Amino acid sequence: MKPLHSLTIKEVHEGYKNGDFTCTDLVKHFLKRIEKYNPQLNIYLSLNPKALEQAGAIDREIKEKGIDRPLLGIPFAIKDNFLTLGIETTAGSNILKGYQPQYESSVTRKLLDAGAIFLGKTNMDSFAHGSSTETSDFGPTLNPWNPEHLPGGSSGGSAAAIAAELATAALGSETAGSVRQPAAWCGVTGFKPTYGRAGRYGCIAMASSTDSPGPLAKNIADAALITKVISGQDPFDATTSSLPVDDYPQFLDKQDLKGIKIALVKEYLLPQMRPDVKDLILNAVSKLKELGATVEEISLLDPKYSIGVYTVIQRSEVSSNLSRFDGIRFGHDRDLFCQESKRRIMLGTYTLSAGYYDAYYKKALAVRTKIVDEFSKVFENYDAIVGAVSPGPAQKVGATKDQPMFGEMEDVLLEASSIAGLASAGVPCGFVDNLPIGLQITCAQFNEKKAFEIADCYQRNTSHQVFPNLDETL
Amino acid sequence: MKYSPLIGLEVHVELNTKSKMFCGCPSDHFGKAPNTQTCPVCLGLPGALPVPNKKAIQSCIKIGLALNCTINHLSKFDRKQYSYPDLPKGYQISQYDQPFCSDGFVLLESGKRIGIERVHQEEDTGKLQHTILDGKKVTLVDYNRSGVPLVEIVSRPDMESSVEAKEYLKKIHELIRAIGVSSADMEKGEMRLEPTINVKIEDERGVFYTPLVEVKNINSFNFASQAIDYEIKRQIEEFEKTGIEKSATNKTTRGYDSVKKITFLQRTKEEAKDYRYFPEPDIPPFVLDDDYIETIRQELPFLPDQIIATLVSEGVEPKYAKVLYANEKALIAFNRNKNEEGIDKAKLSSLIANKKIDIDKDIPSQYQKLNQVGITDISILASIVEEIIAANPGLVADYKKGKTTVLGFFVGQAMKATGGKADPRTLNILIVDRLKEAK
Repeated sequence: MKPLHSLTIKEVHEGYKNGDFTCTDLVKHFLKRIEKYNPQLNIYLSLNPKALEQAGAIDREIKEKGIDRPLLGIPFAIKDNFLTLGIETTAGSNILKGYQPQYESSVTRKLLDAGAIFLGKTNMDSFAHGSSTETSDFGPTLNPWNPEHLPGGSSGGSAAAIAAELATAALGSETAGSVRQPAAWCGVTGFKPTYGRAGRYGCIAMASSTDSPGPLAKNIADAALITKVISGQDPFDATTSSLPVDDYPQFLDKQDLKGIKIALVKEYLLPQMRPDVKDLILNAVSKLKELGATVEEISLLDPKYSIGVYTVIQRSEVSSNLSRFDGIRFGHDRDLFCQESKRRIMLGTYTLSAGYYDAYYKKALAVRTKIVDEFSKVFENYDAIVGAVSPGPAQKVGATKDQPMFGEMEDVLLEASSIAGLASAGVPCGFVDNLPIGLQITCAQFNEKKAFEIADCYQRNTSHQVFPNLDETL
Repeated sequence: MKYSPLIGLEVHVELNTKSKMFCGCPSDHFGKAPNTQTCPVCLGLPGALPVPNKKAIQSCIKIGLALNCTINHLSKFDRKQYSYPDLPKGYQISQYDQPFCSDGFVLLESGKRIGIERVHQEEDTGKLQHTILDGKKVTLVDYNRSGVPLVEIVSRPDMESSVEAKEYLKKIHELIRAIGVSSADMEKGEMRLEPTINVKIEDERGVFYTPLVEVKNINSFNFASQAIDYEIKRQIEEFEKTGIEKSATNKTTRGYDSVKKITFLQRTKEEAKDYRYFPEPDIPPFVLDDDYIETIRQELPFLPDQIIATLVSEGVEPKYAKVLYANEKALIAFNRNKNEEGIDKAKLSSLIANKKIDIDKDIPSQYQKLNQVGITDISILASIVEEIIAANPGLVADYKKGKTTVLGFFVGQAMKATGGKADPRTLNILIVDRLKEAK
């Protein structure tokens, strides 16, 4: 039998049914493992003080009623920007150090209602300002594949929790790449649902117009199940869609990809991309063809424009969203904002100021519309767009120093899909320098099912979703 | 030398919706224990999001329709950003360049139109309470009012005197109450007034405009009127002294001291805030089609001007139409009885307006009594009067001596002779004439 920490959601449920182990066993196992590896990797910022108590209750429920909830007894790692009642929530910032949330976020509420059990809260870039977890006020998380490297971010803690097998599943959030990029750098599966598919209520806002909660998981099947649980109209979030949620797991386990039309974007195979990374992407494309998909090369707006648009919109929204941390409430003064947050607040304040609004924010919105239109046209003819998640593998610890645009350069291939609010899966597609590389499979808004279908077929027919042996890598 | 004041008004109205603008907390905050009606949304806690109140937006549109505005098919909320302890998010959700309603007007008695630039939806702030606690000067914040729906009505600078401004304000107040979207109780701060004033000065040197002054947060029509009068005088004097004209940068904000009856400087434009407005990303834009707007229009009751116009078209004198409109019971009494047989609408309205009729009692019978029309045919009455006078020479003599009380006897006799059917007025005139003639 596989060790408990290696089991997928489905395998955990089978174990419960067979009486192989209890939820308490599983939670204890993870807590022990966290105790062993967390001091070095710095993945969890805080642990759920009631995890074992809750596990006991779940064991009683399983005994009485069996497994009647989709995530019953599944141990989760939760990114620290989701408010969780009873567990300190800081968004990786000293501003909120010691903050006890007054309510439960919509998606964590849905996870709890589905039976999930939270192990703890994971490290992230401070207020999600970054793509490395290096801007966290509580120190960087290290990459389980090689602790000299970063896990990516901002959901770096949640991605590393999956890679290091310190939780069965994890919740992250993506504003532009913050799920898919750390998933790629840590070699795990990540999924960004359409903007407005899962509610943002109780998720500490970064850029309101692109923030999307999404899962990090051991495989696409787990990601599909979690996405289904957290999706749907949120009465507390006016930007969520009333469209019915598809039963994503139903679209898995397809034999092949016959009839699927995929676009490979020329401009996304960047000139600065390492040839070995490019090769992995082209290998993946060959695999998709082999599975029956047709792949054609298309041309899109240079991704550099997305960086400009995203930077202006995101900084503007950040400057506004963080103004509630005014030093009057929440216990800490504003000088505790990290350097990167201060930089973003200042840039956003500038771009929204009288006389500059038209030149920056308004223009950015216009280009955003153009990008949305461009994608719509592509999806008239194609089911999905594929490409690399990141131009290269995980960078070394310290790489963000003196690089204010670090995140934007690393997320250059993700920002367009984020500002257009698309659905996108990130799956591992191989290694360079013993570090994982990720493939993104991006579909139209609310076409999550197609992204799951393609990513699942690719994942089952390749063997890139693997996990490090921590005793060797650390 | 000619002085023409230019006055515009911003009016804030708190709506009477059950819940707040963006959350489920009760919006009725008056007199409630501090911070008992709050939630993550109106406290601006991390992660909280606004969900717009549909009823409030409908009320805003109703106000726009009542003020003859165009309802915009595309509208959105924006964030107005400034830092203040009563504003927990650090921004107020308001509307910037696409309000729900624009370009309306109010008609004054004189027939003059006061333009309405826009009617938009926003949220109220919390309330600061400066007090002494444990011997220390402190400021407490009560967030019960935070997020209460607020509608702002912005007029054009079309008013030329405090009298016009006051009439405009009264009309707005009357309208808001008539459509039932707010009690607009001034004392509870449910309606707050902010006049903007400057003066156009024409003399042999040319035409000049004094710098704009906005007077903040006034809560009575009289204070608004006093503040306007004070400002007009003050601005003219200041111009005569300094010669400073209006520019793009010298608008100032003043407060009104109702005890001293003066305005005082609060801030100059140099200190004025750049609100860094941008579209509220947490609330999708609104697309309002004609059908939807029409549905809301159907919900509007008849408005004061419409009611008065209808009464006038029925023959009611305008001055009585206004009296009837102002007294709901009287208006109902009029409408219930105006179509009864034998009732003249104009006459009925005047009787009700002049309180000649007790509206709590049966109205037709009172009307008939007050308007009894008996025999007015002089040819019939004259001969009866003639007979009575001929039969009572003594009394005629008494009358001639100045004993006018005998007049009642003659009238009474004549009434008796006609079986009470004579018209008393006609009778009176005939008898007096006849008595004067008698020898």
